[in-house]
Amino acid sequence: MNNPTILVIDDEIQIRKLLEITLSANGFRVHEAGTGKEGQISAAMHPPDLILLDLGLPDEDGQSILKKLREWYKAPVIILSVRDNEDDIIQALDNGANDYLTKPFRTGELLARIRTALRLAQNTENVPLIEHGNLSIDFTARIVKKNGEVLKLTTTEYQLLTLMARNESRVLTHQFLLKTIWGPSYLEQSQYLRVFVRQLRKKIEDNPDQPKFIITESGVGYRFIGGEK
Amino acid sequence: MKQILTQKYTQGNPAYLISIIIICFISAVCYPFTDFIGYRTVALILLFTVSVLAMKLSLYPVLLAAVLSAFIWDFFFIPPHFTFHVSKSEDVLMLAMYFIVAMLNGVLTARIKHFESLAIQREERVNALKLYDTLFNSISHEFRTPIAAILGATDNLLTDNSKFSETNKTNLYQEINTAADRLNRLVGNLLNVSRLESGSIRPKLDWYDLNELIHTTINQLETELKSHEVKVEILPNLPFLKFDFGLLEQAIYNIIYNCSIYTPEKTLIHISADYISDKCIIQIQDNGKGFPKGDLSQVFSKFYRSKNTQTGGLGLGLSITKGFIETQGGTIKVENTTGSGALFTIEIPTQANWGGDFSGGFLQ
Repeated sequence: MNNPTILVIDDEIQIRKLLEITLSANGFRVHEAGTGKEGQISAAMHPPDLILLDLGLPDEDGQSILKKLREWYKAPVIILSVRDNEDDIIQALDNGANDYLTKPFRTGELLARIRTALRLAQNTENVPLIEHGNLSIDFTARIVKKNGEVLKLTTTEYQLLTLMARNESRVLTHQFLLKTIWGPSYLEQSQYLRVFVRQLRKKIEDNPDQPKFIITESGVGYRFIGGEK
Repeated sequence: MKQILTQKYTQGNPAYLISIIIICFISAVCYPFTDFIGYRTVALILLFTVSVLAMKLSLYPVLLAAVLSAFIWDFFFIPPHFTFHVSKSEDVLMLAMYFIVAMLNGVLTARIKHFESLAIQREERVNALKLYDTLFNSISHEFRTPIAAILGATDNLLTDNSKFSETNKTNLYQEINTAADRLNRLVGNLLNVSRLESGSIRPKLDWYDLNELIHTTINQLETELKSHEVKVEILPNLPFLKFDFGLLEQAIYNIIYNCSIYTPEKTLIHISADYISDKCIIQIQDNGKGFPKGDLSQVFSKFYRSKNTQTGGLGLGLSITKGFIETQGGTIKVENTTGSGALFTIEIPTQANWGGDFSGGFLQ
């Protein structure tokens, strides 16, 4: 396969330069854009495999660019922003961002997120079986095993786990999880989510207090981490 | 003079009323005893009253008291009574003197007070400047130290770096890394302080698992807590509580971060949480040295730095903690425990939800 192309939309030359060096050293081809307008034109002319989007652009707000991109662009978009408050993060995720990293970010972390996003974007069809370390989820047989032993999960626990596992590495907001599993009238009932996350962690994690699979994203939601492939 | 005039308006009517009431009251008390003490003594008592009023009230109410008391003395006390007519010439003199002394009393006291307030203002301005200077110095110091480290390290790496061993180069990169981390933390703290000062923080309350919050926080501090021992004690049946996850997390993070920085290796950090009478109570205790006794009341003040700590830091962390707890209606206090070490106690009034109310098929 060709080297994946990444479009960087950021008005700061320093950040673009850093990303260009980091990404090309890691085998990606890099396109750059300094404004929202340039970025959207570039994305339309040469659709990249992934877009890194800054929210604070001089000509247009990143959130609205994200919305416009999502009307036709299906590949992953990762937000890179200095804004670190929960509202901005939740809004960006709701607008269709695959991931959100705040500046300053660690390049190691960024590369890991990019690779996961690209890998998941390729597996569009639903895989029948997921295996992560000592945990395996068989979607066809509806069986979850830990260390080879079948776990007894309730229907809701199973739904929650598979929803998160199918969106591996993506932050799923509290609102999204409540709406999808319990329905739109349960948006305020976040305690349901807490109960089931607590129960699931007890069943699938080695140490529920130091979870390796279901990671808490402060005030935003949960992220399912699959670990090394 | 302008100041005195404005004082008259800002003081409002109560001051006038007070001076009228007091003068009338004192006169009424003196009246039955006039024959024993003599009407001239009454003049002294009234003069004394005006002097006392002058110390408390502003110029115009005092002048009112002076004029009023002069008329009352004349009308009720100087014979012939119940008339403004004064028969003896020495009483005329006395009345005139009374009038002048009372007036002077008011004016002089007002002027003294005016100069006094000017002096206080001047002193406050000097103090504010001094505080600003210290603040400015420490902020620029906090920023410039890591910047100096970064510039120094990059200079070395960019110019003729062949004379450095690989280990030393790695150390220089490490220095840059540490300095950048420090700058980032500094900016974060300053932003949080300004968010608090501007009052723009609106807590986003939702049901959360306190156990999850505390462990998330500790997991974030994994590196800092490497050489410390952490013990968490939370009741397994603690209900879900309503709070702002981000704010409480940051508040607890700052306390534990401080414990990790300012206590020696192998120190035990003990974290416990409970829910008692509609309050969420979180306690964080270490067995380090604790705070110097006289400092306990200032621990949460902005820019507080314990005297016996190593350099570094602006002293904002715990003030942010306090601010974030208080925006959720909670309180925080710190004490030194009987053995040793510091004990932080956070109390937040909050609703509880045992999560047991799952009607229908939700537990399925």
